[in-house]
Amino acid sequence: MEESAAAASPSGASSSGASSSAPSSAPSSARPIAWRIATVAQIVPETPRVRTLVLDVPDWPGHRAGQHVDVRLTADDGYQTERSYSIASPPEEARIALTVERLENGEVSSYLVDELRVGDSLELRGPIGGHFAWSVKDGGPVMWVGGGSGIVPLMAMLRHRAAASDEQRRAIPARLLYSSRSWSELIYRDELARLAAADPTLQVAHTITREPPPGWSGYRRRIDAAMLAERAWPVSSRPHLFVCGPTPLVETVAEGLVALGFDPQSVRTERFGPTGI
Amino acid sequence: MTSPISRGFRGHRPDAGTAAKLPPGQYETHDFPVLSAGPTPHTPLARWDFTLGGMNGQAAKWSWAEFEALPHETITRDIHCVTKWSKFDTVWNGVSIDTIIEAGAAKGIEAAPFIMAVCDGGYTTNLPLADVTGGKAWLAAGFDGKPLPAEHGGPVRLLVPHLYFWKSAKWVREIHFHDHDEPGFWEGLGYHMRGDPWKEQRYTGDA
Repeated sequence: MEESAAAASPSGASSSGASSSAPSSAPSSARPIAWRIATVAQIVPETPRVRTLVLDVPDWPGHRAGQHVDVRLTADDGYQTERSYSIASPPEEARIALTVERLENGEVSSYLVDELRVGDSLELRGPIGGHFAWSVKDGGPVMWVGGGSGIVPLMAMLRHRAAASDEQRRAIPARLLYSSRSWSELIYRDELARLAAADPTLQVAHTITREPPPGWSGYRRRIDAAMLAERAWPVSSRPHLFVCGPTPLVETVAEGLVALGFDPQSVRTERFGPTGI
Repeated sequence: MTSPISRGFRGHRPDAGTAAKLPPGQYETHDFPVLSAGPTPHTPLARWDFTLGGMNGQAAKWSWAEFEALPHETITRDIHCVTKWSKFDTVWNGVSIDTIIEAGAAKGIEAAPFIMAVCDGGYTTNLPLADVTGGKAWLAAGFDGKPLPAEHGGPVRLLVPHLYFWKSAKWVREIHFHDHDEPGFWEGLGYHMRGDPWKEQRYTGDA
């Protein structure tokens, strides 16, 4: 069973943007993405199974909101293993934040959530992934749809947008639809409430699928076509669409958005979930 | 650079047999994760066809029925995703790229040293001809004895199991020959041009 607080990137899959959106690359002459030794500066509990590691990374080259890093752990006998984690912090912050969910029997996630302490070192390299990424200069409107720890790369985009000027933000109206199992498992709950309260051009909607809190008046079901139709921007506004979460959610949302009339090429997805055992 | 010891990390050691089958940085999974950059396309078989395009501008096309009539083989291989999971002994059914190229040659399609695979949804990936010939690559239409599900690339995906799995492009519809290597979709976004898991060629600049 493994990992990824929202891993990213390719498998034998994909679509979207395709060759036309791929910037030219300089394949063989480029320098490798270097491994760096980060130091844990701070640990922020988020939910019972999720915490954020705030890392000092020497010579971090910068990243775009939505990108991820590879993390490598080394045991004292030399055994190594790697996983990918989305970056939660916006490009504006000097430190890198990774928000990690402990998965059942997760080899790396259980170490990062239960064992790692402030002052420990953590080897990583990045940033990685250029497709599931967004910058204020890309414009809007933006719609983010997330499930569970799939919020992490989306949160980097929300934070990046929040760091822009009022004028820039007004030009990029944004909506988040976020699915969580329960109120206590809603990652970044207070920060999302603060961001939405401070910004009339940001709409945040939650659905709580299993255990809504007493008095909950919001959605209480898995995201479906009707919910997307209520929350999505008009097709004519040509929004940037980002969907991240477990595969069934991403499949439902991506197909639902296409059924609403959005161009499939405008729907960027990142799928993850426990894999294995 | 020597990796620092991760204080307190023990890890889940694979047994020796598993370890020998795992390329560096990979772990074994038993399910089949789905990763895609966009929505899953659903092309009806009646509208599906496959095109092989030559350097000379000529193209050969196969309808679904014509594709089905080509000789199929069953392939059992380990697969390795750049997102770190590997899955052992996956069983596929499909048409060897050798067969496609032979059939294309009979229709006047000249091969060239590189190919670009083009897919529904716009995805592309580049490969040297040498990596898809000699019994190393297939157009796979079956998985585990059943038609390949759409989320895993059905009706037909490329299968190049000796390279990272992003090279095994889902929903493949065309292969074009080129005289030089050009980056496809992920290769233009920082991923390695070839992607050999045993050399850990994940990203641009990896050895």
